Amino acid sequence: MTTTVEPPAPASAAEQFAMRQQSPIQRIQHVLHAHPSISPLMVLIVSIIAFTIINPRFIQPGTIGIILQQVAVIAALAIGQTLIILTAGIDLSVGAIAILSSLLMANFAVKNGMPGILALVLGILAGVVAGAINGTLVTRLKLPPFIVTLGTFSIFTAIALLYSGGQEVGRRQLPPILNWAGTRIQLGPFRITTGVIIVAILAIVMAFILSQSSWGRHVYAVGNDAEAARLVGIRVDRVLFSVYTVAGLIYGITAWVQIGRAGTASANAIVDANLDSITAVVIGGTSLFGGRGAIIGTILGALIVGVFRTGLSLAGVDDQWRVFAIGVLVIVAVSIDQWIRKVKA
Amino acid sequence: MSTTPSTSQLSQEEQGTVGLGAPPVLADTSETVLSGRGLVQTFGKVVGVDGVDIDLFPGEVLSVIGDNGAGKSTLIKALTGALIPDAGHVYLDGREVHFRTPQDARGAGIETVYQTLAVAPALDISANMFLGRERRRQGPLGSVLRMLDKKGMKEDAGKSMANLGIATVQNMSQAVETLSGGQRQAVAVARAATFATKFVVLDEPTAALGVKETGQVLNLIQQIKARGLPVILISHNMPNVFEVSDRIHIARLGGCAGVITPKSHTPTEAVAIMTGATTLQKG
Repeated sequence: MTTTVEPPAPASAAEQFAMRQQSPIQRIQHVLHAHPSISPLMVLIVSIIAFTIINPRFIQPGTIGIILQQVAVIAALAIGQTLIILTAGIDLSVGAIAILSSLLMANFAVKNGMPGILALVLGILAGVVAGAINGTLVTRLKLPPFIVTLGTFSIFTAIALLYSGGQEVGRRQLPPILNWAGTRIQLGPFRITTGVIIVAILAIVMAFILSQSSWGRHVYAVGNDAEAARLVGIRVDRVLFSVYTVAGLIYGITAWVQIGRAGTASANAIVDANLDSITAVVIGGTSLFGGRGAIIGTILGALIVGVFRTGLSLAGVDDQWRVFAIGVLVIVAVSIDQWIRKVKA
Repeated sequence: MSTTPSTSQLSQEEQGTVGLGAPPVLADTSETVLSGRGLVQTFGKVVGVDGVDIDLFPGEVLSVIGDNGAGKSTLIKALTGALIPDAGHVYLDGREVHFRTPQDARGAGIETVYQTLAVAPALDISANMFLGRERRRQGPLGSVLRMLDKKGMKEDAGKSMANLGIATVQNMSQAVETLSGGQRQAVAVARAATFATKFVVLDEPTAALGVKETGQVLNLIQQIKARGLPVILISHNMPNVFEVSDRIHIARLGGCAGVITPKSHTPTEAVAIMTGATTLQKG
């Protein structure tokens, strides 16, 4: 029984099916498909509200400032990781490159007596070179990124330890420029560090490049369908190489932020960086299958992890529940991604 | 040169041949948009194309048909830079060209549409139309910040689609993966038609499509032809080929079994020539 007027030309069964009313769920699917950053944004807002209800101290400027400082390093590494995951790759050498970079810049200054600024630049350059090595292996040897970066993860870590002798470089020894990212500044009610600002600028610049430049479009196209990208004349290998190299640059800059945050350059720093950065990217709605996602999502993902860590600890819950909750979030995020990808016209 | 159908009415059953098709004399390459002469393409000991000649004339739709492995795709690849022929010559507008990559051919104004729906699914229609040749904004935003002219590209993508009569797709910001297979292929064909200046190659453009969607793509082929751009259509599908072609090049066993027209021969005869059941009488 239907009250609708008969259309002039009766539609076929399939056409009627195509014209059917979308269910609310399907509409949500479409909105999420068009704006994948909505789901991490919702998770972030809901979790902030929930943790504030549990413990009102959570919403204080002091707490938020601390979360931002905690999140900065992982967020920065996750920006590089996002670029690589957008090309349907994965980078397991994130942490190793950051450690290599930070130990090199610290030891260049302390052991070799280089001026701070030169040590900093050379340290960041080491990150670029490490990224370029990953890029070369991926594009020339045509090895899967997982294998390449699994190998270079060990290699870069070993180089870092061999060079530094496994010794950490303390705050007192470091030239001021290497500690500069730890400078505390007051931004309105929030007390943050210059490192947070560096990461924020990094995020804005990369988000701009990804969404506004043809290079950005090519990154997405390569991750979407490398063969299709090649057929329209995109030099896929060049795009891939540049992505790994730019990621290396970002890891190098992050090494500087990390030294500022920890006050020292140590091989034990950011040991969980690989999984943490991938977690931030995935929770942020970037697809592990490539071609879909954005920097904004990754920043939201990193913030969600930070909010859970601080929120649950303020709620007086065992830290293992944070680990548990992040695990659940990752699985939920990837499930949502799979579901969104099935969107139909 | 003549592609006039033969009036010879010898019955196939008696002679094992059908009417005269291939012109005995090759066209002067100055008259053709594209010509291949004596093309050879081998893969180790496998011979893909064995000394084939082919001509594409201004404003025509030339179909290349043939069984699997007959060398039709290899022939087209050898002409458009996807493969570098071992021997033979390729002439574009009468001048010999040596394409080393598909990009060389693109640069020369040849656009190819592949059966694999070569689009980036998550990018929108406008991004796909301009993929690989994005336009930047005017002024310092484009030259210094290298910002894309998203608005301009969107408008032009809409115009291109409308010019080709693709009205079913309205929103150029729609991700290509939300389109049907036919619409996706329409985007790829529209892209080729927009940027080609010499001719368009369609490699099995309807292989992945349904009947209705195939009809849309055939319409597009007519639209392209109406604009004066020649088209090379590689296809298996006899009804499609006979519907849109001016001439039909039949590839067989790495060679050319003849060139016919939809008027000179029936689809059944074409299949017979293609499979070697009959041979085209050379005159």
